[in-house]
Amino acid sequence: MEKNKDSLALIWKRHKYKYMLIAPFAIIFLAFTFVPIIVSIVLSFTSFNMVTLPKFSGLTNYINLIVRDDVFLIAIKNTMLLALVTGPLSYIMCFIFAWLINELPPIPRSIVTLVFYAPSISGNAYVIWKLIFSSDTYGYANAWLLDMGFISSRILFLENAAYVMPILIIVQLWLSLGIGFLAFIAGLQNVDKALYEAAAVEGIKNRWQELWYITLPSMKPQLMFGAVMQITSSLSISQLSIDLAGFPSASYSGHTILTHLHDYGNIRYELGYACTIAVILFFIMVFCNVIIQKLLRKLG
Amino acid sequence: MRKIYRFLVSKVRARKLKRRNRSITGDLGLTLVLALFGVFSIFPLMLTMVNAFKPLSEIFIFPPKLTVENPTLNNFLDLATIVESFNVPLSRYIFNTAMITGLGTVLTVLFGSMAAFPLAKYTFPGSKLMSNIILYSLMFNGTVTAIPNYLIMSKLGMIDSYWAVVLPVVGSTLGLYLMKNFMVQIPDEMLEAAKIDGAGELKTFWKVVMPLCKPAWITLVILSFQSLWGTTGGVFIYSEELKPVSYVLTQMVSGGIARTGVSSAITLIMILVPITVFVISQSKVIETMATSGVKG
Repeated sequence: MEKNKDSLALIWKRHKYKYMLIAPFAIIFLAFTFVPIIVSIVLSFTSFNMVTLPKFSGLTNYINLIVRDDVFLIAIKNTMLLALVTGPLSYIMCFIFAWLINELPPIPRSIVTLVFYAPSISGNAYVIWKLIFSSDTYGYANAWLLDMGFISSRILFLENAAYVMPILIIVQLWLSLGIGFLAFIAGLQNVDKALYEAAAVEGIKNRWQELWYITLPSMKPQLMFGAVMQITSSLSISQLSIDLAGFPSASYSGHTILTHLHDYGNIRYELGYACTIAVILFFIMVFCNVIIQKLLRKLG
Repeated sequence: MRKIYRFLVSKVRARKLKRRNRSITGDLGLTLVLALFGVFSIFPLMLTMVNAFKPLSEIFIFPPKLTVENPTLNNFLDLATIVESFNVPLSRYIFNTAMITGLGTVLTVLFGSMAAFPLAKYTFPGSKLMSNIILYSLMFNGTVTAIPNYLIMSKLGMIDSYWAVVLPVVGSTLGLYLMKNFMVQIPDEMLEAAKIDGAGELKTFWKVVMPLCKPAWITLVILSFQSLWGTTGGVFIYSEELKPVSYVLTQMVSGGIARTGVSSAITLIMILVPITVFVISQSKVIETMATSGVKG
Protein backbone atom coordinates (compact mmCIF):
# COMPACT_ATOMS: atom_id res chain seq x y z
CA MET A 1 0.00 0.00 0.00
CA GLU A 2 2.77 2.35 1.04
CA LYS A 3 4.69 1.54 -2.09
CA ASN A 4 1.66 2.15 -4.30
CA LYS A 5 1.12 5.55 -2.75
CA ASP A 6 4.74 6.36 -3.29
CA SER A 7 4.57 5.51 -6.96
CA LEU A 8 1.44 7.60 -7.38
CA ALA A 9 3.33 10.53 -5.94
CA LEU A 10 6.17 9.77 -8.29
CA ILE A 11 3.86 9.61 -11.30
CA TRP A 12 2.33 12.91 -10.31
CA LYS A 13 5.75 14.48 -9.87
CA ARG A 14 6.98 13.27 -13.23
CA HIS A 15 3.86 14.00 -15.26
CA LYS A 16 2.34 16.88 -13.30
CA TYR A 17 2.22 19.32 -16.19
CA LYS A 18 0.75 16.78 -18.58
CA TYR A 19 -2.18 16.12 -16.26
CA MET A 20 -2.58 19.82 -15.67
CA LEU A 21 -2.81 20.46 -19.41
CA ILE A 22 -5.44 17.77 -19.78
CA ALA A 23 -7.43 18.76 -16.70
CA PRO A 24 -9.62 21.61 -18.09
CA PHE A 25 -10.82 19.51 -20.98
CA ALA A 26 -11.17 16.41 -18.86
CA ILE A 27 -13.39 18.20 -16.33
CA ILE A 28 -15.72 19.54 -19.02
CA PHE A 29 -15.74 16.20 -20.82
CA LEU A 30 -16.58 14.33 -17.63
CA ALA A 31 -19.29 16.77 -16.60
CA PHE A 32 -21.02 17.21 -19.94
CA THR A 33 -20.33 14.03 -21.89
CA PHE A 34 -19.35 11.19 -19.58
CA VAL A 35 -21.57 11.81 -16.56
CA PRO A 36 -24.62 12.47 -18.78
CA ILE A 37 -24.25 9.02 -20.33
CA ILE A 38 -24.15 7.41 -16.88
CA VAL A 39 -27.09 9.55 -15.71
CA SER A 40 -29.02 8.57 -18.86
CA ILE A 41 -28.47 4.89 -18.20
CA VAL A 42 -29.49 5.24 -14.55
CA LEU A 43 -32.60 7.31 -15.34
CA SER A 44 -33.65 4.89 -18.06
CA PHE A 45 -34.59 2.45 -15.26
CA THR A 46 -36.78 4.98 -13.48
CA SER A 47 -39.95 6.93 -13.95
CA PHE A 48 -39.10 10.61 -13.66
CA ASN A 49 -41.02 13.78 -14.52
CA MET A 50 -38.71 16.51 -13.11
CA VAL A 51 -41.27 17.41 -10.44
CA THR A 52 -41.04 14.39 -8.15
CA LEU A 53 -37.90 12.38 -7.47
CA PRO A 54 -37.02 9.56 -9.91
CA LYS A 55 -38.75 6.31 -8.92
CA PHE A 56 -37.08 3.00 -9.75
CA SER A 57 -39.18 1.06 -12.21
CA GLY A 58 -36.86 -1.68 -13.40
CA LEU A 59 -37.16 -2.65 -17.03
CA THR A 60 -40.65 -1.18 -17.43
CA ASN A 61 -39.46 1.61 -19.74
CA TYR A 62 -37.58 -0.76 -22.00
CA ILE A 63 -40.51 -3.18 -22.16
CA ASN A 64 -43.02 -0.40 -22.86
CA LEU A 65 -40.77 1.13 -25.49
CA ILE A 66 -40.15 -2.04 -27.40
CA VAL A 67 -43.43 -3.91 -26.89
CA ARG A 68 -46.13 -1.28 -26.41
CA ASP A 69 -44.93 1.89 -28.15
CA ASP A 70 -46.04 1.58 -31.77
CA VAL A 71 -44.77 5.05 -32.59
CA PHE A 72 -41.29 4.08 -31.45
CA LEU A 73 -41.31 1.19 -33.89
CA ILE A 74 -42.20 3.67 -36.65
CA ALA A 75 -39.36 5.89 -35.43
CA ILE A 76 -36.89 2.99 -35.54
CA LYS A 77 -38.07 2.04 -39.00
CA ASN A 78 -37.74 5.62 -40.28
CA THR A 79 -34.36 6.16 -38.65
CA MET A 80 -33.02 2.94 -40.09
CA LEU A 81 -34.44 3.74 -43.52
CA LEU A 82 -32.88 7.22 -43.45
CA ALA A 83 -29.58 5.89 -42.17
CA LEU A 84 -29.41 2.97 -44.58
CA VAL A 85 -30.20 5.12 -47.60
CA THR A 86 -28.44 8.38 -46.78
CA GLY A 87 -25.53 6.84 -44.83
CA PRO A 88 -23.94 4.72 -47.55
CA LEU A 89 -25.04 7.06 -50.35
CA SER A 90 -23.57 10.12 -48.64
CA TYR A 91 -20.43 8.23 -47.83
CA ILE A 92 -19.96 7.11 -51.42
CA MET A 93 -20.82 10.59 -52.70
CA CYS A 94 -18.30 12.16 -50.34
CA PHE A 95 -15.65 9.85 -51.66
CA ILE A 96 -16.50 10.06 -55.36
CA PHE A 97 -16.72 13.83 -55.36
CA ALA A 98 -13.53 14.18 -53.36
CA TRP A 99 -11.85 11.87 -55.85
CA LEU A 100 -13.14 13.80 -58.87
CA ILE A 101 -12.20 17.13 -57.32
CA ASN A 102 -8.71 15.85 -56.68
CA GLU A 103 -8.10 15.71 -60.44
CA LEU A 104 -8.72 19.43 -60.83
CA PRO A 105 -6.01 22.11 -60.74
CA PRO A 106 -5.72 23.93 -57.37
CA ILE A 107 -7.89 27.01 -57.98
CA PRO A 108 -10.92 25.28 -59.54
CA ARG A 109 -10.46 22.61 -56.91
CA SER A 110 -10.94 24.99 -54.02
CA ILE A 111 -13.95 26.62 -55.71
CA VAL A 112 -15.65 23.29 -56.33
CA THR A 113 -14.84 22.18 -52.78
CA LEU A 114 -16.58 25.28 -51.48
CA VAL A 115 -19.61 24.70 -53.73
CA PHE A 116 -20.05 21.15 -52.44
CA TYR A 117 -19.24 21.87 -48.82
CA ALA A 118 -21.35 25.04 -48.55
CA PRO A 119 -24.75 23.40 -47.82
CA SER A 120 -23.42 21.55 -44.79
CA ILE A 121 -21.98 24.71 -43.19
CA SER A 122 -24.99 26.85 -43.94
CA GLY A 123 -26.83 26.02 -40.72
CA ASN A 124 -30.56 26.35 -41.14
CA ALA A 125 -30.34 27.38 -44.79
CA TYR A 126 -32.06 24.10 -45.71
CA VAL A 127 -35.37 25.82 -44.96
CA ILE A 128 -35.24 26.93 -48.61
CA TRP A 129 -36.37 23.38 -49.41
CA LYS A 130 -39.57 24.19 -47.59
CA LEU A 131 -40.27 26.76 -50.30
CA ILE A 132 -39.22 24.39 -53.07
CA PHE A 133 -41.58 21.67 -51.84
CA SER A 134 -44.27 24.02 -50.59
CA SER A 135 -47.78 22.60 -50.98
CA ASP A 136 -49.31 25.61 -52.71
CA THR A 137 -48.64 26.60 -56.29
CA TYR A 138 -45.91 28.95 -55.02
CA GLY A 139 -43.81 25.90 -54.32
CA TYR A 140 -41.29 25.53 -57.15
CA ALA A 141 -41.65 21.75 -57.39
CA ASN A 142 -45.42 21.97 -57.69
CA ALA A 143 -45.25 24.85 -60.14
CA TRP A 144 -42.78 22.97 -62.29
CA LEU A 145 -44.73 19.72 -62.30
CA LEU A 146 -47.98 21.57 -63.12
CA ASP A 147 -46.22 23.51 -65.85
CA MET A 148 -44.84 20.40 -67.48
CA GLY A 149 -48.25 18.76 -67.27
CA PHE A 150 -47.06 15.86 -65.11
CA ILE A 151 -49.75 16.53 -62.55
CA SER A 152 -53.11 18.23 -62.78
CA SER A 153 -53.44 19.37 -59.19
CA ARG A 154 -50.80 20.35 -56.67
CA ILE A 155 -49.19 17.75 -54.42
CA LEU A 156 -49.12 18.21 -50.65
CA PHE A 157 -45.45 17.27 -50.52
CA LEU A 158 -44.73 17.91 -46.86
CA GLU A 159 -48.16 16.97 -45.56
CA ASN A 160 -48.52 13.68 -47.40
CA ALA A 161 -46.91 10.75 -45.63
CA ALA A 162 -45.81 9.16 -48.91
CA TYR A 163 -43.60 12.10 -49.88
CA VAL A 164 -42.04 13.08 -46.57
CA MET A 165 -39.37 10.39 -46.44
CA PRO A 166 -38.10 10.85 -50.03
CA ILE A 167 -37.88 14.61 -49.46
CA LEU A 168 -35.98 14.15 -46.21
CA ILE A 169 -33.59 11.85 -48.05
CA ILE A 170 -33.02 14.38 -50.83
CA VAL A 171 -32.35 17.22 -48.41
CA GLN A 172 -30.14 15.04 -46.22
CA LEU A 173 -28.09 14.11 -49.28
CA TRP A 174 -27.86 17.79 -50.12
CA LEU A 175 -26.41 18.36 -46.65
CA SER A 176 -24.16 15.35 -46.68
CA LEU A 177 -20.83 16.58 -48.04
CA GLY A 178 -19.49 17.56 -44.64
CA ILE A 179 -16.42 16.89 -42.62
CA GLY A 180 -15.93 13.39 -44.05
CA PHE A 181 -15.74 14.95 -47.49
CA LEU A 182 -12.96 17.29 -46.34
CA ALA A 183 -11.11 14.38 -44.78
CA PHE A 184 -11.30 12.47 -48.06
CA ILE A 185 -10.03 15.45 -50.10
CA ALA A 186 -7.12 15.77 -47.71
CA GLY A 187 -6.46 12.05 -47.75
CA LEU A 188 -6.39 11.96 -51.54
CA GLN A 189 -3.93 14.83 -51.73
CA ASN A 190 -1.58 12.94 -49.48
CA VAL A 191 -1.49 9.66 -51.38
CA ASP A 192 2.09 9.14 -52.46
CA LYS A 193 2.34 10.19 -56.13
CA ALA A 194 5.18 7.73 -56.74
CA LEU A 195 2.73 4.88 -56.13
CA TYR A 196 0.71 5.89 -59.18
CA GLU A 197 3.79 6.03 -61.37
CA ALA A 198 4.94 2.66 -60.16
CA ALA A 199 1.48 1.29 -60.76
CA ALA A 200 1.41 2.56 -64.35
CA VAL A 201 4.65 0.74 -64.98
CA GLU A 202 3.23 -2.38 -63.36
CA GLY A 203 0.35 -2.32 -65.82
CA ILE A 204 -2.52 -0.51 -64.16
CA LYS A 205 -4.52 0.59 -67.16
CA ASN A 206 -7.21 3.02 -66.13
CA ARG A 207 -8.36 5.29 -63.36
CA TRP A 208 -10.75 2.70 -61.94
CA GLN A 209 -7.96 0.21 -61.34
CA GLU A 210 -5.86 3.02 -59.89
CA LEU A 211 -8.71 3.81 -57.54
CA TRP A 212 -9.24 0.25 -56.40
CA TYR A 213 -5.64 -0.91 -56.06
CA ILE A 214 -3.87 2.21 -54.87
CA THR A 215 -6.07 5.07 -53.78
CA LEU A 216 -8.53 3.21 -51.56
CA PRO A 217 -5.96 1.19 -49.60
CA SER A 218 -3.76 4.29 -49.14
CA MET A 219 -6.45 6.30 -47.48
CA LYS A 220 -7.95 3.73 -45.18
CA PRO A 221 -7.57 5.86 -42.02
CA GLN A 222 -9.52 8.73 -43.59
CA LEU A 223 -12.16 6.29 -44.83
CA MET A 224 -12.64 5.04 -41.29
CA PHE A 225 -12.87 8.55 -39.92
CA GLY A 226 -15.41 9.49 -42.59
CA ALA A 227 -17.46 6.41 -41.74
CA VAL A 228 -17.63 7.32 -38.07
CA MET A 229 -18.80 10.84 -38.89
CA GLN A 230 -21.32 9.56 -41.43
CA ILE A 231 -22.92 6.93 -39.21
CA THR A 232 -23.31 9.31 -36.32
CA SER A 233 -24.88 12.03 -38.42
CA SER A 234 -27.18 9.68 -40.37
CA LEU A 235 -28.57 8.29 -37.14
CA SER A 236 -29.18 11.68 -35.59
CA ILE A 237 -31.46 13.30 -38.14
CA SER A 238 -34.16 15.16 -36.24
CA GLN A 239 -34.12 18.95 -36.58
CA LEU A 240 -34.33 18.59 -40.35
CA SER A 241 -37.48 16.49 -40.03
CA ILE A 242 -39.03 18.84 -37.50
CA ASP A 243 -38.31 21.93 -39.61
CA LEU A 244 -39.45 20.49 -42.92
CA ALA A 245 -42.23 18.04 -42.11
CA GLY A 246 -43.37 19.64 -38.87
CA PHE A 247 -43.80 17.99 -35.51
CA PRO A 248 -45.48 15.61 -35.33
CA SER A 249 -45.22 14.92 -39.05
CA ALA A 250 -48.13 13.53 -41.08
CA SER A 251 -48.91 10.06 -39.69
CA TYR A 252 -45.41 10.06 -38.17
CA SER A 253 -43.86 9.73 -41.64
CA GLY A 254 -40.84 11.83 -40.64
CA HIS A 255 -40.65 10.56 -37.07
CA THR A 256 -37.15 9.43 -36.08
CA ILE A 257 -35.70 8.07 -32.85
CA LEU A 258 -34.47 11.54 -32.01
CA THR A 259 -37.81 13.25 -32.66
CA HIS A 260 -39.37 10.59 -30.44
CA LEU A 261 -36.82 11.53 -27.79
CA HIS A 262 -37.69 15.20 -28.31
CA ASP A 263 -41.39 14.33 -27.85
CA TYR A 264 -40.95 12.61 -24.49
CA GLY A 265 -38.10 14.78 -23.22
CA ASN A 266 -39.15 18.30 -24.17
CA ILE A 267 -42.91 18.04 -24.56
CA ARG A 268 -44.27 15.32 -22.27
CA TYR A 269 -41.52 15.56 -19.63
CA GLU A 270 -41.40 11.79 -19.19
CA LEU A 271 -37.67 11.95 -18.70
CA GLY A 272 -37.11 8.38 -17.57
CA TYR A 273 -38.75 7.15 -20.73
CA ALA A 274 -36.87 9.70 -22.84
CA CYS A 275 -33.57 8.51 -21.35
CA THR A 276 -34.46 4.95 -22.33
CA ILE A 277 -34.81 6.16 -25.92
CA ALA A 278 -31.48 8.00 -25.65
CA VAL A 279 -29.71 4.93 -24.25
CA ILE A 280 -31.03 2.73 -27.06
CA LEU A 281 -29.93 5.28 -29.67
CA PHE A 282 -26.53 5.55 -28.01
CA PHE A 283 -26.00 1.80 -28.23
CA ILE A 284 -27.25 1.67 -31.83
CA MET A 285 -24.69 4.36 -32.77
CA VAL A 286 -21.77 2.73 -31.02
CA PHE A 287 -22.74 -0.73 -32.27
CA CYS A 288 -23.01 0.41 -35.92
CA ASN A 289 -19.68 2.21 -35.65
CA VAL A 290 -17.86 -0.77 -34.20
CA ILE A 291 -19.27 -3.08 -36.91
CA ILE A 292 -18.35 -0.69 -39.74
CA GLN A 293 -14.85 -0.19 -38.32
CA LYS A 294 -14.36 -3.95 -38.32
CA LEU A 295 -15.54 -4.17 -41.93
CA LEU A 296 -13.39 -1.30 -43.17
CA ARG A 297 -10.35 -2.69 -41.45
CA LYS A 298 -10.64 -5.71 -43.75
CA LEU A 299 -10.62 -3.50 -46.86
CA GLY A 300 -7.49 -3.64 -49.00
CA MET B 1 12.49 30.23 -81.36
CA ARG B 2 13.96 26.81 -81.02
CA LYS B 3 14.10 27.19 -77.28
CA ILE B 4 10.43 28.06 -77.08
CA TYR B 5 9.59 25.08 -79.26
CA ARG B 6 11.60 22.76 -77.06
CA PHE B 7 9.98 24.19 -74.01
CA LEU B 8 6.50 23.60 -75.43
CA VAL B 9 7.31 20.04 -76.45
CA SER B 10 8.61 19.28 -72.99
CA LYS B 11 5.43 20.77 -71.49
CA VAL B 12 3.22 18.63 -73.68
CA ARG B 13 5.25 15.56 -72.86
CA ALA B 14 5.02 16.27 -69.14
CA ARG B 15 1.29 16.68 -69.49
CA LYS B 16 0.93 13.41 -71.36
CA LEU B 17 2.90 11.69 -68.64
CA LYS B 18 0.67 13.19 -66.00
CA ARG B 19 -2.48 12.24 -67.89
CA ARG B 20 -1.52 8.60 -67.94
CA ASN B 21 -4.48 6.32 -67.29
CA ARG B 22 -6.99 9.04 -68.18
CA SER B 23 -9.41 8.79 -71.10
CA ILE B 24 -11.25 11.73 -72.66
CA THR B 25 -14.67 10.07 -72.34
CA GLY B 26 -14.02 9.35 -68.70
CA ASP B 27 -12.99 12.96 -68.17
CA LEU B 28 -16.13 14.26 -69.86
CA GLY B 29 -18.46 11.94 -68.00
CA LEU B 30 -16.97 12.75 -64.64
CA THR B 31 -17.01 16.48 -65.33
CA LEU B 32 -20.69 16.16 -66.17
CA VAL B 33 -21.40 14.40 -62.87
CA LEU B 34 -19.49 17.12 -61.01
CA ALA B 35 -21.39 19.86 -62.81
CA LEU B 36 -24.80 18.28 -62.17
CA PHE B 37 -24.21 17.78 -58.50
CA GLY B 38 -22.62 21.21 -58.27
CA VAL B 39 -25.84 22.78 -59.52
CA PHE B 40 -27.93 20.67 -57.13
CA SER B 41 -25.64 21.74 -54.32
CA ILE B 42 -25.40 25.46 -54.94
CA PHE B 43 -28.73 26.33 -56.57
CA PRO B 44 -30.84 26.35 -53.37
CA LEU B 45 -28.25 28.49 -51.63
CA MET B 46 -27.99 30.93 -54.51
CA LEU B 47 -31.77 31.12 -54.58
CA THR B 48 -31.86 31.97 -50.89
CA MET B 49 -29.28 34.69 -51.35
CA VAL B 50 -31.04 36.22 -54.33
CA ASN B 51 -34.48 35.95 -52.73
CA ALA B 52 -33.25 38.12 -49.90
CA PHE B 53 -33.11 41.05 -52.32
CA LYS B 54 -36.34 40.33 -54.21
CA PRO B 55 -39.67 42.02 -53.57
CA LEU B 56 -42.35 39.49 -52.59
CA SER B 57 -43.95 39.59 -56.05
CA GLU B 58 -40.71 38.42 -57.67
CA ILE B 59 -39.98 35.61 -55.21
CA PHE B 60 -42.97 33.62 -56.38
CA ILE B 61 -42.37 34.04 -60.10
CA PHE B 62 -41.98 30.69 -61.78
CA PRO B 63 -39.48 29.54 -62.93
CA PRO B 64 -37.36 31.00 -60.11
CA LYS B 65 -34.75 33.45 -61.37
CA LEU B 66 -31.25 34.03 -60.09
CA THR B 67 -31.47 37.66 -61.13
CA VAL B 68 -33.44 40.43 -59.49
CA GLU B 69 -35.36 42.97 -61.55
CA ASN B 70 -36.10 45.47 -58.79
CA PRO B 71 -33.55 44.83 -56.06
CA THR B 72 -34.79 45.98 -52.68
CA LEU B 73 -33.60 46.05 -49.10
CA ASN B 74 -37.18 45.86 -47.88
CA ASN B 75 -36.76 42.30 -46.65
CA PHE B 76 -34.02 43.43 -44.30
CA LEU B 77 -36.08 46.41 -43.13
CA ASP B 78 -39.12 44.15 -42.60
CA LEU B 79 -36.91 41.78 -40.69
CA ALA B 80 -35.93 44.60 -38.35
CA THR B 81 -39.58 45.60 -37.91
CA ILE B 82 -40.76 42.08 -37.16
CA VAL B 83 -37.95 41.50 -34.74
CA GLU B 84 -38.90 44.75 -32.98
CA SER B 85 -42.19 43.13 -32.02
CA PHE B 86 -40.14 40.59 -30.04
CA ASN B 87 -39.10 43.46 -27.74
CA VAL B 88 -35.47 42.65 -28.37
CA PRO B 89 -33.49 44.34 -31.14
CA LEU B 90 -31.94 42.16 -33.85
CA SER B 91 -28.49 43.41 -32.90
CA ARG B 92 -28.97 41.77 -29.49
CA TYR B 93 -29.63 38.37 -31.10
CA ILE B 94 -26.57 38.82 -33.28
CA PHE B 95 -24.55 39.75 -30.21
CA ASN B 96 -25.75 36.57 -28.46
CA THR B 97 -24.77 34.38 -31.39
CA ALA B 98 -21.39 36.10 -31.53
CA MET B 99 -20.84 35.59 -27.80
CA ILE B 100 -21.87 31.92 -27.87
CA THR B 101 -19.76 31.20 -30.92
CA GLY B 102 -16.81 33.23 -29.65
CA LEU B 103 -16.75 31.72 -26.16
CA GLY B 104 -17.21 28.19 -27.46
CA THR B 105 -14.57 28.54 -30.13
CA VAL B 106 -11.91 30.02 -27.86
CA LEU B 107 -12.47 27.37 -25.19
CA THR B 108 -12.58 24.50 -27.68
CA VAL B 109 -9.32 25.51 -29.29
CA LEU B 110 -7.56 26.31 -26.03
CA PHE B 111 -8.68 23.31 -23.95
CA GLY B 112 -8.63 20.97 -26.95
CA SER B 113 -5.04 21.72 -27.87
CA MET B 114 -3.87 21.78 -24.25
CA ALA B 115 -5.20 18.27 -23.76
CA ALA B 116 -4.10 17.08 -27.19
CA PHE B 117 -0.42 17.86 -26.67
CA PRO B 118 0.45 15.41 -23.87
CA LEU B 119 -1.78 12.72 -25.41
CA ALA B 120 -0.09 13.08 -28.79
CA LYS B 121 3.55 13.30 -27.77
CA TYR B 122 4.01 11.45 -24.47
CA THR B 123 3.02 8.19 -22.89
CA PHE B 124 2.13 8.28 -19.22
CA PRO B 125 -0.23 6.36 -16.95
CA GLY B 126 -3.74 6.76 -18.36
CA SER B 127 -2.73 8.18 -21.74
CA LYS B 128 -3.77 5.09 -23.70
CA LEU B 129 -7.09 4.90 -21.90
CA MET B 130 -7.80 8.56 -22.54
CA SER B 131 -6.97 8.24 -26.24
CA ASN B 132 -9.39 5.33 -26.54
CA ILE B 133 -12.16 7.19 -24.74
CA ILE B 134 -11.70 10.06 -27.16
CA LEU B 135 -11.95 7.76 -30.17
CA TYR B 136 -15.06 6.03 -28.84
CA SER B 137 -16.68 9.36 -28.03
CA LEU B 138 -16.62 10.23 -31.72
CA MET B 139 -19.10 7.44 -32.22
CA PHE B 140 -22.09 9.26 -30.77
CA ASN B 141 -23.06 12.89 -30.47
CA GLY B 142 -24.46 15.37 -28.01
CA THR B 143 -28.06 14.75 -28.97
CA VAL B 144 -28.20 11.54 -26.95
CA THR B 145 -27.02 13.26 -23.78
CA ALA B 146 -29.21 16.36 -23.99
CA ILE B 147 -31.60 15.42 -21.17
CA PRO B 148 -29.05 14.61 -18.45
CA ASN B 149 -27.10 17.64 -19.67
CA TYR B 150 -30.15 19.74 -18.95
CA LEU B 151 -30.42 18.29 -15.45
CA ILE B 152 -26.72 18.82 -14.77
CA MET B 153 -26.86 22.37 -16.11
CA SER B 154 -29.81 23.21 -13.91
CA LYS B 155 -28.04 21.73 -10.84
CA LEU B 156 -25.07 23.96 -11.65
CA GLY B 157 -27.34 26.97 -12.17
CA MET B 158 -26.16 27.37 -15.76
CA ILE B 159 -29.53 27.04 -17.49
CA ASP B 160 -30.46 30.20 -19.34
CA SER B 161 -26.88 31.33 -19.75
CA TYR B 162 -24.46 31.09 -22.66
CA TRP B 163 -22.62 28.32 -20.81
CA ALA B 164 -25.54 25.93 -21.18
CA VAL B 165 -24.98 25.73 -24.94
CA VAL B 166 -21.24 26.36 -24.97
CA LEU B 167 -19.88 23.79 -22.51
CA PRO B 168 -21.35 20.61 -24.07
CA VAL B 169 -19.73 21.61 -27.36
CA VAL B 170 -16.39 22.30 -25.65
CA GLY B 171 -16.67 18.87 -24.04
CA SER B 172 -17.13 17.03 -27.34
CA THR B 173 -14.07 15.20 -28.56
CA LEU B 174 -13.93 15.80 -32.31
CA GLY B 175 -11.73 18.88 -32.03
CA LEU B 176 -9.39 17.25 -29.56
CA TYR B 177 -9.18 14.16 -31.76
CA LEU B 178 -8.19 16.15 -34.87
CA MET B 179 -5.72 18.25 -32.92
CA LYS B 180 -4.11 15.19 -31.39
CA ASN B 181 -3.69 13.48 -34.76
CA PHE B 182 -2.14 16.61 -36.17
CA MET B 183 0.29 16.97 -33.27
CA VAL B 184 1.52 13.38 -33.60
CA GLN B 185 3.39 14.36 -36.75
CA ILE B 186 5.44 17.08 -35.04
CA PRO B 187 8.98 15.68 -35.02
CA ASP B 188 10.19 14.57 -31.57
CA GLU B 189 13.52 16.27 -32.26
CA MET B 190 11.87 19.65 -32.04
CA LEU B 191 10.52 18.88 -28.59
CA GLU B 192 13.92 17.51 -27.57
CA ALA B 193 15.61 20.69 -28.80
CA ALA B 194 13.20 22.81 -26.79
CA LYS B 195 13.90 20.67 -23.73
CA ILE B 196 17.65 21.09 -24.14
CA ASP B 197 17.11 24.83 -24.40
CA GLY B 198 15.58 24.59 -20.95
CA ALA B 199 11.91 24.90 -21.84
CA GLY B 200 9.45 23.03 -19.62
CA GLU B 201 6.41 21.19 -20.96
CA LEU B 202 4.17 24.23 -20.64
CA LYS B 203 6.61 26.49 -22.42
CA THR B 204 7.26 23.92 -25.15
CA PHE B 205 3.53 23.63 -25.66
CA TRP B 206 2.98 27.35 -25.94
CA LYS B 207 6.11 28.42 -27.83
CA VAL B 208 6.86 25.42 -30.04
CA VAL B 209 3.79 23.25 -30.49
CA MET B 210 1.03 25.83 -30.80
CA PRO B 211 2.64 27.83 -33.61
CA LEU B 212 3.28 24.60 -35.53
CA CYS B 213 -0.34 23.56 -35.17
CA LYS B 214 -1.86 26.63 -36.72
CA PRO B 215 -3.68 24.67 -39.46
CA ALA B 216 -5.20 22.39 -36.84
CA TRP B 217 -6.46 25.12 -34.58
CA ILE B 218 -7.92 26.99 -37.52
CA THR B 219 -9.82 23.79 -38.32
CA LEU B 220 -11.03 23.59 -34.74
CA VAL B 221 -12.17 27.19 -35.01
CA ILE B 222 -14.25 26.28 -38.06
CA LEU B 223 -15.74 23.15 -36.53
CA SER B 224 -16.83 24.69 -33.26
CA PHE B 225 -17.97 27.73 -35.16
CA GLN B 226 -20.22 25.55 -37.26
CA SER B 227 -21.72 23.66 -34.38
CA LEU B 228 -22.44 26.82 -32.39
CA TRP B 229 -23.34 29.36 -35.06
CA GLY B 230 -26.59 27.59 -35.95
CA THR B 231 -27.72 26.78 -32.41
CA THR B 232 -31.18 27.99 -31.41
CA GLY B 233 -30.55 27.63 -27.70
CA GLY B 234 -33.48 25.21 -27.51
CA VAL B 235 -34.66 24.62 -23.97
CA PHE B 236 -31.27 25.59 -22.57
CA ILE B 237 -31.81 29.31 -23.09
CA TYR B 238 -35.32 30.61 -22.52
CA SER B 239 -34.83 34.34 -21.90
CA GLU B 240 -35.65 36.27 -25.03
CA GLU B 241 -32.68 38.61 -24.58
CA LEU B 242 -30.21 35.70 -24.55
CA LYS B 243 -31.56 33.86 -27.61
CA PRO B 244 -29.32 33.57 -30.70
CA VAL B 245 -30.15 34.57 -34.30
CA SER B 246 -31.05 31.04 -35.42
CA TYR B 247 -33.98 31.16 -33.04
CA VAL B 248 -35.29 34.21 -34.90
CA LEU B 249 -34.86 32.34 -38.16
CA THR B 250 -36.99 29.42 -36.97
CA GLN B 251 -39.63 31.89 -35.80
CA MET B 252 -39.64 33.54 -39.23
CA VAL B 253 -39.97 30.26 -41.06
CA SER B 254 -42.91 29.22 -38.91
CA GLY B 255 -44.48 32.53 -39.99
CA GLY B 256 -45.30 30.86 -43.30
CA ILE B 257 -44.80 31.53 -46.96
CA ALA B 258 -45.54 35.27 -46.81
CA ARG B 259 -42.37 35.68 -44.77
CA THR B 260 -40.19 33.97 -47.41
CA GLY B 261 -38.39 37.20 -48.29
CA VAL B 262 -37.68 38.03 -44.68
CA SER B 263 -36.54 34.53 -43.84
CA SER B 264 -34.22 34.61 -46.87
CA ALA B 265 -32.78 37.86 -45.56
CA ILE B 266 -31.97 36.35 -42.20
CA THR B 267 -30.69 33.13 -43.77
CA LEU B 268 -28.34 35.22 -45.88
CA ILE B 269 -26.98 36.89 -42.75
CA MET B 270 -26.61 33.47 -41.15
CA ILE B 271 -24.73 31.75 -43.98
CA LEU B 272 -22.41 34.53 -45.06
CA VAL B 273 -20.24 34.33 -41.98
CA PRO B 274 -19.44 30.58 -41.92
CA ILE B 275 -18.90 30.53 -45.67
CA THR B 276 -16.51 33.47 -45.50
CA VAL B 277 -14.61 31.85 -42.66
CA PHE B 278 -14.29 28.64 -44.64
CA VAL B 279 -13.16 30.41 -47.81
CA ILE B 280 -10.36 32.13 -45.90
CA SER B 281 -9.16 29.01 -44.15
CA GLN B 282 -9.82 26.23 -46.64
CA SER B 283 -6.24 25.21 -47.32
CA LYS B 284 -5.45 24.98 -43.59
CA VAL B 285 -8.52 22.86 -42.99
CA ILE B 286 -7.56 20.42 -45.73
CA GLU B 287 -4.04 20.20 -44.33
CA THR B 288 -5.47 19.23 -40.95
CA MET B 289 -7.98 16.76 -42.27
CA ALA B 290 -5.12 14.88 -43.92
CA THR B 291 -4.18 13.65 -40.47
CA SER B 292 -7.74 12.88 -39.38
CA GLY B 293 -7.51 9.16 -40.07
CA VAL B 294 -8.52 6.45 -37.61
CA LYS B 295 -5.60 4.05 -37.29
CA GLY B 296 -6.59 0.53 -38.23
